[in-house]
Amino acid sequence: MLQVKNLSVCYRGNYALRGINFNLEPGQLVGIFGPNGAGKSTMIKAMLDLIPATSGVVTFRGNPLKQKLDKVAYVAQRSQIDWDYPVKVKNVVMMARTIPTGLFRYPSRQSRELVKMALKRVEIWDLRNRQIGELSGGQQQRVFLARSLAQQAEIFFFDEPFVGVDRKTENIIFEIFHELQEQGKIVMVVSHDLGESIKNYSDILLLNKKIIAFGRREEVLNQRNLDIAYENHILPFDS
Amino acid sequence: MLEWFLEPLRYEFMVNAILVGVLLGVLCAVVGSYMIVQQLGMMAHAISHSLIAGLPIAFVLGYSLSSGAIVAGIVSAIFMAWIESRCKIKLDTALAIMLSSFLALGVVLVSVLPGANRIDLVHVLFGDILGVNQSDLWNTLFIALAILAAVVFFYKELLFYTFDPLGAQAGGMPVQIYYVGMISAITITIVASLETVGSLLVIAMLVGPASTAYLLVKELNIMMILGSFFGVTSSAIGMYLSYYFDTPSGASIVLVMCIFFMLAFLFSPSQGILTEPHTPLGKLLKTGK
Repeated sequence: MLQVKNLSVCYRGNYALRGINFNLEPGQLVGIFGPNGAGKSTMIKAMLDLIPATSGVVTFRGNPLKQKLDKVAYVAQRSQIDWDYPVKVKNVVMMARTIPTGLFRYPSRQSRELVKMALKRVEIWDLRNRQIGELSGGQQQRVFLARSLAQQAEIFFFDEPFVGVDRKTENIIFEIFHELQEQGKIVMVVSHDLGESIKNYSDILLLNKKIIAFGRREEVLNQRNLDIAYENHILPFDS
Repeated sequence: MLEWFLEPLRYEFMVNAILVGVLLGVLCAVVGSYMIVQQLGMMAHAISHSLIAGLPIAFVLGYSLSSGAIVAGIVSAIFMAWIESRCKIKLDTALAIMLSSFLALGVVLVSVLPGANRIDLVHVLFGDILGVNQSDLWNTLFIALAILAAVVFFYKELLFYTFDPLGAQAGGMPVQIYYVGMISAITITIVASLETVGSLLVIAMLVGPASTAYLLVKELNIMMILGSFFGVTSSAIGMYLSYYFDTPSGASIVLVMCIFFMLAFLFSPSQGILTEPHTPLGKLLKTGK
């Protein structure tokens, strides 16, 4: 359903990503792993046309994904956001409804209801009138998760959602990922954490400028694949 | 007291100057709010100097000086973004290069192009709010209404784009159009303010009231409203000070803005240096003991 064919990205003569091919079906929760500089964020950005790809096509249900961006929710890395921005939590989540609402209109009652439900789902409703910078890192991440839920997307991209978050937030995030999975959404998550939490993913994509391995978690996670992906710089994997 | 207030208003040039100052107080605070949250302050500063290159060209071609300034300002901003995106040079260096190149070009063209030496560069640098006439006032009103209307109509899109540009782009918003629109609005606002404070001090009109409000509020639209209040008040107080103490008008307005900023910087309830909750004074204000 979501198909990536021969995706490559070149920065000033060097390949950051080369010949990426994979297909995803509804209900897949994919963890994208690889060492620093492996091109994990670059791959997501290139899929969404946020940076120019040197070659490749990304399609969703047979159409170019660029034409279906209303079906996409994307949560960037924390460092991309200015947390001092004067905006309240509820209005950050309401941003999800900007594009569905359209120009020159106020958000509908349905949009306000979706925002309320999303805020309640991530247990942030009580903090809705705080400025976004007044929240903890985990709470801020949940606000962005709520925003992606209120968008009612089909495909979800999360870039390092677990950086700087507390255990409670991590649990809520994985619970919601599993709910999305059950609803038949596609969820792609860039992560660093090869620990216990890796068991949450249905599929794993190991990346190091090209795809090292992709498939069911049980099949992909073995010492040989990890050695190739991390160029032997990782402790023996204990599965 | 009333006489003190009314006396300057007997002169038409003072009334025009105060009215134009009030309009710019609102316009600059709203546009300046976007500049602050987008961290475009240095870019606006560069635009305010680069636009001088457009003056002699417009003069020789028979167009209004303002149109030349707007075109040169926008072209320089596009060059800055282009240089930054196409090579390893960072934005601050690109700004410095374009600022000085366009300024130098303007100074050369003023002396080389036939008749262009009639442009008074000192006037451009420092402005002359007391020289504002009725038609300047109407122009400023028109520009202010147009930009404020655009901000009202596109508020939710601009909020999303300025807060999370990548998220907005990933959702399919035409972010380049919003970027160019924002740069254009900044440039037009700068050109509209040239007559009042000149290109050297215009940046203070844009960032002063808006940054004062930024220290006091939690929401962008409230920042714009409170910033407008500071802008309008500073313009009016600055004009009266300049009338009674015979000080230069533009610089007086800017100094009042700086005083407002320092007050907010020191005494903002949430983040003032002396009053934020972790300071002794802050604790006293919060708990009453």
